[in-house]
Amino acid sequence: MMKRDQVLKILARHLDREIVIGAYSTAFDWIATRPGHPLNFTSVGAMGLASSHGLGFAIACPDRKVIVLDGDGSLLMNLGSLVTIAAAAPANLLHFVFENGTYEANGGHPIPGQGRVDFAGMARSAGYAAVYRFEDLGTFETGIKEVLQQPGPVFADLKVVPGADSPRDYAELYDPGKRDALRAELRRG
Amino acid sequence: MNLTGKAIIEAVLEAGIRTVLSVPDISTSDGLLFPIAANSRFRLVRVCKEDEAIGIAAGMSYAGERALILIQHTGFLDSINAVRAVAVEYELPICMMIGLLNKEPELPSRQSSVYGVRIMEPILREMGIVHDTLNSDADVARVAPTLRAAYAQSHPVAIMTGRSPS
Repeated sequence: MMKRDQVLKILARHLDREIVIGAYSTAFDWIATRPGHPLNFTSVGAMGLASSHGLGFAIACPDRKVIVLDGDGSLLMNLGSLVTIAAAAPANLLHFVFENGTYEANGGHPIPGQGRVDFAGMARSAGYAAVYRFEDLGTFETGIKEVLQQPGPVFADLKVVPGADSPRDYAELYDPGKRDALRAELRRG
Repeated sequence: MNLTGKAIIEAVLEAGIRTVLSVPDISTSDGLLFPIAANSRFRLVRVCKEDEAIGIAAGMSYAGERALILIQHTGFLDSINAVRAVAVEYELPICMMIGLLNKEPELPSRQSSVYGVRIMEPILREMGIVHDTLNSDADVARVAPTLRAAYAQSHPVAIMTGRSPS
């Protein structure tokens, strides 16, 4: 198992001008990892829709990489999006699922099928172009460059536990000013 | 009264929309979805569930790209939370065209014997969503301006088909 904040710190070292969409607990940690970046997007609005937002961004911005930082509970609410994304086949979309086995933002209750659900297997069966699974930080640090270079849609199942605490500031997560900043940044190209 | 898919499709194109996100609906299948699927001017993204389309259209809208969501009223009802948050609370131009399955063409939706059809207009009104119903090609003249206004003013719209387009 990897600590989520450490995974995100490694990922952040490889990213610059990518749109990054975060869901709930991972979004809070991502805001702490890449604070104030105009291409952070955390206003997914309804649980499960991070992957669908990612597909929308990927369609609209074909020349820019789009990274989705999904949760396992969130993905379970929108499993069909795996099939939709694979069928749409955006080459610029990378879909990371931070699998902690719980609804962390809702009290830490276990997800259905905790420890038995094979998210990577589902993504592979849905038709993602490349699928990875990482369980230890060293392998992730070595492999992330290859993951980011693959033509998408790419899926990576990351087995994580919570790491260092980051502020759970929902006002910042849903800040309309951040959505405006993202729009302005995308208009600039 | 005659409502044609051809007129609706021309209006959608006139509004600058080239992407359609859809789950099939039998009431708009022949008149809209099949012709859109065969029209090379459109990119059709087939989604598994209607609330996905709300998220996809939202993501596209941040980059200034337009989309039409073509679904059945049952799918709209299933997607209420996504519409509530993403379309209404975030004030995004989410443009929905909604077929009213089993609606009687001669009746206003509020008088339909179909419960799910009957509650559509009150729900849209209560959510503050701009909405309209198309019963004839004369009504279609409102479509392009309605869609353009959604993008100009950044708000959701729901355009319902009061009868199956031919």
